[in-house]
Amino acid sequence: MLRKGIALAALGLAVLAAPAAHASGGALHPKHVEFSFDGPFGKFDQAQLQRGYKVYREVCSACHSMNLMYFRNLGQKGGPFYDPKYPNPNDNPYVKSIAKDYQIKDIDSETGDVIDRPGTSADRFPSPFPNEPAARASNGGALPPDLSVMAKARHNGPAYIYSLLTGYKDPPAGLKVGVGQHYNPFMAGDVTAAWSGPHDKVPPGGFIAMAPPLTAGQVTFDDGTKSSLEQQAKDVAAFIAWASEPKMEERKAFGMAAMVYLFVFAGLLYASYRKIWKNVAH
Amino acid sequence: MSGHSNYEPKTGIERWLDTRLPVVRLAYDSMIDFPTPKNLNYWWTFGGILAVCLGIQLVTGIVLAMHYVPHVDHAFASVERIMRDVNYGWLIRYMHANGASMFFIAVYIHMLRGLYYGSYKAPREVLWILGCVIYLLMMATAFMGYVLPWGQMSFHGAVVITNLFGALPIIGEPITTWLWGGFAVDNPTLNRFFSLHYLLPFMIAGVVGLHIWALHVPGNNNPTGVNVKSKEDTVPFHPYYTVKDGFAIVVFLILFATFVFYNPNALGHADNYIPGNPLVTPAHIVPEWYFLPFYAILRAVPDKLGGVLLMFGAIAVMFVLPWLDTSKVRSMRYRPTAKLYFLIFVLACLVLGYCGGQLPDDHVIPGLSTFKLLDADLNSFVWLSRVATVYYFAYFLVVLPVLGLTETPLPQPESISEPVLSHPANAPAGAAASPEKRG
Repeated sequence: MLRKGIALAALGLAVLAAPAAHASGGALHPKHVEFSFDGPFGKFDQAQLQRGYKVYREVCSACHSMNLMYFRNLGQKGGPFYDPKYPNPNDNPYVKSIAKDYQIKDIDSETGDVIDRPGTSADRFPSPFPNEPAARASNGGALPPDLSVMAKARHNGPAYIYSLLTGYKDPPAGLKVGVGQHYNPFMAGDVTAAWSGPHDKVPPGGFIAMAPPLTAGQVTFDDGTKSSLEQQAKDVAAFIAWASEPKMEERKAFGMAAMVYLFVFAGLLYASYRKIWKNVAH
Repeated sequence: MSGHSNYEPKTGIERWLDTRLPVVRLAYDSMIDFPTPKNLNYWWTFGGILAVCLGIQLVTGIVLAMHYVPHVDHAFASVERIMRDVNYGWLIRYMHANGASMFFIAVYIHMLRGLYYGSYKAPREVLWILGCVIYLLMMATAFMGYVLPWGQMSFHGAVVITNLFGALPIIGEPITTWLWGGFAVDNPTLNRFFSLHYLLPFMIAGVVGLHIWALHVPGNNNPTGVNVKSKEDTVPFHPYYTVKDGFAIVVFLILFATFVFYNPNALGHADNYIPGNPLVTPAHIVPEWYFLPFYAILRAVPDKLGGVLLMFGAIAVMFVLPWLDTSKVRSMRYRPTAKLYFLIFVLACLVLGYCGGQLPDDHVIPGLSTFKLLDADLNSFVWLSRVATVYYFAYFLVVLPVLGLTETPLPQPESISEPVLSHPANAPAGAAASPEKRG
């Protein structure tokens, strides 16, 4: 029976492995980077999420929206500003004060006029641009993508974000970089058309419209963490990973309980099976 | 559902009901007292596993439909909202998305089990065909379900698949227009796909009912393929198989839970977390893993119509399988040559699946250029797909029809109980000779 079990498992793995390989468009594989939320027991590091949020707010949010995020999310369980004293994140004073710093477009309910009012924890993160053409016009024709689920929208997302932010390189000689473009070996794409060097040595990666957004010391961290390029990139990658999967911790904790239950249940069923079939030759 | 019923109503209510609507009798006869061969191995547990998969998809799907918004402007955000703001929405949605993959893993194993043990042969042809109908409905349901989140792969997958019908002469264009509800994949397409995605699972459930009915008339096949001869050969379904199936189901759920809780997006494609945009085509459009073998067959043919016909042919051929296999011996346990061809068939399916996920012109062995044959280098995935496609069809159309007439099968046991008491490997030579005299 064990042999059959192994055969079954092997077949399952073979079926699963079949689609695993996807061509990554010639880009380099993301750098190896360890996050606190890796693995079945991994959790987000709240201090890191706070630093990451600061990087997003001070740097990324100038161009990138996060349309699926509300200020209240920052104070929900597992979030950067979660405080057990405020189980309802809308009451969290930190969240309220962050929201208040933003002016939100609204309609005056008395007059119907378009007004600006201070944000509340129930508001979405405001978009940096009113619409897509405005976003493109300000960015040389390129559209800065929404970052709400970016860690899920790229293969190996958190490591990819980290690698992209830290991976800008001077283009190798022979690579013609267009106006408003930047070379990044971790960006998906194909630079063959812009390459005048040897045919079999096309550089990896692609062109990206975003200029290198982070430099060492750009964001001052409130907890005294040294603000290196790598630190900022890693922290913002962690923040985006949290924003993409805010229920990850809940999921893993639930999963552990489910696994224990399933293993115990399987054991009991197997014992019952052995007992019931004991006197049947089969 | 067939044969003599041993149900005896014990209470007054049961007696009253039994003379009016014998539903308790039906349940008793088909789920408790049902005589089942006692030698079924774990490959036979996938029927029960599939029933659980269908149940999970129905329950999670109905809850998801309460929160989902079928509109091109809101679908993507509504799915994410389910994951973020609905209580345990992440669990329900990840169960549903991974549940589709689990459903297909189980159904492929179930089908391969049927192929290996000859479960499609008389008197189970209708049972097999109903299974093929379920599989076809499952594919349609899964495809339309994948469109609903309206991510990049949803949208462009829908464009690619619906365009396949456009390859048909004359009726192709009207059919695609009709599927789209317009002249491109757009909001009407999403709306009808949502409607059909809700409808088809109930049709599946109905055909599953017929499938079980058709199972309970001739009864289960078994690993020896030998008919049940006496009561000695069987055990009542409950508790013997309820407990065995139950154990297998829970083990399967452990695999399921591993994906749902620890790797919920491993079986999907990252591009589907980018909202669908008709103006941006993903670099590499691939279907979900369970369609990859058919995608490889589609792309193996240089002509679009030919590819479409061959792809549908790959499923159609399964419907006529009971009349293609000429062997009177059901189980491949006693057909050593067929066993070998079967293993190659499984391999061919896996190779097709792998090829379906690759770019057709990429090299199978990296860095090795051979020579160009017709339209592509011989060392390319398109040629590997072609080889595997030829084998896929040859297995059904050549190997099974011819082999049944030419091979010499091993001796089959007299009855199910016989190899149970003495395994065929240990049986004295000649103990079970002249298999041609048995069914």
